[in-house]
Amino acid sequence: MSVRMNIWTAGLGLAAAVAFNPAWAESPKQGGMLTYVIPADAPPSFDAHRETTYATIHSAAPYYSVLIRVPPDNPASTTEFVCDLCTEMPKPTDGGKTYTFKIREGVKFHDGSKLTAQDVALSWQYIVKPPKGVVSARQSFYEMVESVQAIDDTTVVFKLKYATTAFLPALADPYSWIYKKEILEKDPHWFEKNIMGSGPFKLVTYEVGQSIKGERNKDYYHKGLPHLDGILGIFADKQSVRVDAIKADRASIEFRGLPPSARDQLTKELGDKVWVQDSDWNCGNILTPNHQKKPFDDVRVRKALALAIDQWKGAPALAKIANVRTVGGIVFPGSPLAATKAELEQYPGFWPDIEKSRAEAKRLLKEAGAEGLKFELLNRNVDQPYKFVGTWVIGEWKKIGLQVEQKVVPTGPWFSNMRAGTFDVALEANCQSVVNPVLDTGKYLPHKVFPDNYGYYDDPKSIELYEAMQKETDPAKQRIAMRAYEKQTMDTEVHEIVLPYWYRIVMGRSYVKGWKISPSHYLNQDLANIWLDK
Amino acid sequence: MHRYIITRLLLALPTLAGAAALVFILMRLIPGDVCVIRLGSGGAHLNQDALDLCHKQLGLDQPIVVQFLTYLKNLALFDFGISMWSGNPVWQEILLRLPVSLEVAILATVIAILLAIPLGTLSALKENSALDHVVRVLAIAGIATPSFWLGIMSLILVLNVSAAITGSPWLPPIDYVPLWKDPLYNLSIVLLPAITVGYRYSAVTMRLTRSAMLEVMREDYIRTARAKGLLEQIVVNRHALKNALLPVVTLIGIEFAFLIGGLVVTEQVFNLNGIGRLLVQAVQNQDNVLAQALVMLVVLVFVIVNLVVDLLYAWLDPRIRYS
Repeated sequence: MSVRMNIWTAGLGLAAAVAFNPAWAESPKQGGMLTYVIPADAPPSFDAHRETTYATIHSAAPYYSVLIRVPPDNPASTTEFVCDLCTEMPKPTDGGKTYTFKIREGVKFHDGSKLTAQDVALSWQYIVKPPKGVVSARQSFYEMVESVQAIDDTTVVFKLKYATTAFLPALADPYSWIYKKEILEKDPHWFEKNIMGSGPFKLVTYEVGQSIKGERNKDYYHKGLPHLDGILGIFADKQSVRVDAIKADRASIEFRGLPPSARDQLTKELGDKVWVQDSDWNCGNILTPNHQKKPFDDVRVRKALALAIDQWKGAPALAKIANVRTVGGIVFPGSPLAATKAELEQYPGFWPDIEKSRAEAKRLLKEAGAEGLKFELLNRNVDQPYKFVGTWVIGEWKKIGLQVEQKVVPTGPWFSNMRAGTFDVALEANCQSVVNPVLDTGKYLPHKVFPDNYGYYDDPKSIELYEAMQKETDPAKQRIAMRAYEKQTMDTEVHEIVLPYWYRIVMGRSYVKGWKISPSHYLNQDLANIWLDK
Repeated sequence: MHRYIITRLLLALPTLAGAAALVFILMRLIPGDVCVIRLGSGGAHLNQDALDLCHKQLGLDQPIVVQFLTYLKNLALFDFGISMWSGNPVWQEILLRLPVSLEVAILATVIAILLAIPLGTLSALKENSALDHVVRVLAIAGIATPSFWLGIMSLILVLNVSAAITGSPWLPPIDYVPLWKDPLYNLSIVLLPAITVGYRYSAVTMRLTRSAMLEVMREDYIRTARAKGLLEQIVVNRHALKNALLPVVTLIGIEFAFLIGGLVVTEQVFNLNGIGRLLVQAVQNQDNVLAQALVMLVVLVFVIVNLVVDLLYAWLDPRIRYS
């Protein structure tokens, strides 16, 4: 029934280990209403340019178009991007600094008005450089962009400050919805509470915190799509509700991801009435020692913390109960820029001989005068996988004589403690959408250049290595540059300790077809390809 | 009576003001920032410019004293503000959820009264009988069992029983439809939560009804009523029960007020979009404006319910007169 691709052996650069359902080869049936559960209460707003939560994506992505995206028929690819509103993927000119996109003709917004390159250009201008009073949550993704201009009604030109491999993946960001120019100019906040897109579905009703319902957009520009007559997203923040809903067929699918226990329960109880798709997730937990606090300013102590953890043995054990699985470095394991197992084994915490590793950890602690160190691990009050991973790590540290207490707090205080630097070691996460190693690894830069880093270290060498890697466009050379940056982060200075990557498990009723898992719950959510075999 | 009601309502004002100040301070004591949660929760890099703009838009860049005074001024004008999370007016957020909570609370209260008063009374009248033992076990089990656990168990039971009977598991719908739109569909959603909450509610009330009845039945006036040759039914209903109900009514009132904002876990278990769930979301998202308004709503409900209970006293006991 299912074929899993092991990323290490397949060597395809795919993060996903996807279970394929042969029925996807069948010709899709038209019609039907898909009911799905959204694991959230309600999105704060529908404006994807300003929001960061998946609740916005899972609620409203089916109503919008984007310029380019990951391929819906192969969303697991970390290197392939296809057009949505453009007609073909452009070849960069001007030494990789200019991208010219031809925009499809005949695309209509849901109010019947024509979508042109002007709408695309203005939407992107607001994302890249928002006007005063407008929030663009991912503005920093587009620092390489010099300008976005519509030359005419069918052409948009992106000019970059420098050539970079980060640009196309950033352009495929699933939050970059195309808004109507006329509305955007009149009131840039209009899209926070309203929906006006050109996507495969048209909004019918929205009940705050309850449900969002859409109907098929008959004018959709991808011919033959969408297959469904309508979609109904029901907000259900509690996992047991979502699992029971799938069990009783009140909902057909949940797109974010369920823990292994739910997968085991549903497959046991429903057998072939459900399918499972799983994939490595472009989210990973990381341990951040606070360099401003003694003794974590000492690299020997930080290295000892890493050396104590048996990643290779811990990951498969943890995978049985938590949403984690694959051991990796700072780059998502499916990416061509990711470290191989042999490369990882050179870093502390990844040595194949754990006894040797822990002996070295004890030696370093003794040398640093930090034997039997007591400290607090700041963790987020979220079960999957934060608390599981936190508990595991504390157990590993105990094996080298460290006494660690887990301080579990809600999201607000968790952020607040990290931002104020009032913690010893924090368990945090680096969670991204499109696999974009150059941008994703920005997280490991010092706080002064990357405010989302809470290690509070200064390291000019790290910045220098990152910049060299960022501007390198030759894949082989960029890979070498990435290794140098990774070694500096995980080995030489041990600024951060990267833990096993999250693992995404999506379950759906067996009659739901046409949807494929990706390495992110933000991706491939326009639902146009889904059809119901019933 | 009117004067009494007006006086009570006026006396409620300092209570409301005190609650407002307390909730304002408590919400600010929780470390965290709604803007950081909103802009940094994933899929983005936290951007200082965006953060500053968010703070400005929400008025969080103002000194805390200014924020407090603005809050009090708006409260006096019945302006509850705009939700920091959704950007919708707070009254709109509350009005969307209030019918769900009210419906469950009313239904649970009806179930509780229908169960508790007859069973509590019978239990007292048949003290130490088999019936009394059964009722006491039921009541103690109800008090000891958290309603959310009972909710989970009832869902599992429904799923398993329906699977055993029909071959495919059945569950009440998880998308709420208002009562006036589709009464049957609506009832299939709210009945199970109302029963699970109502059972716990009835258990407490049942215990109190029983003990109050036992006490009243030993009073001299009951003996006098019986000595006068009154029918036992009249003695119980007119003389005993009405007097025994005084503390029971108080309890019913307090429990009802609690249900409006206190069904946090039950609402989550049954995916009901009610006030309790909204309050938890508001606190989690550090949406201070919404959380403050919701706490004030609960305080207001308590004040009103207490007043109604006091007025009911006068009806139940003619010796009590308000002026």
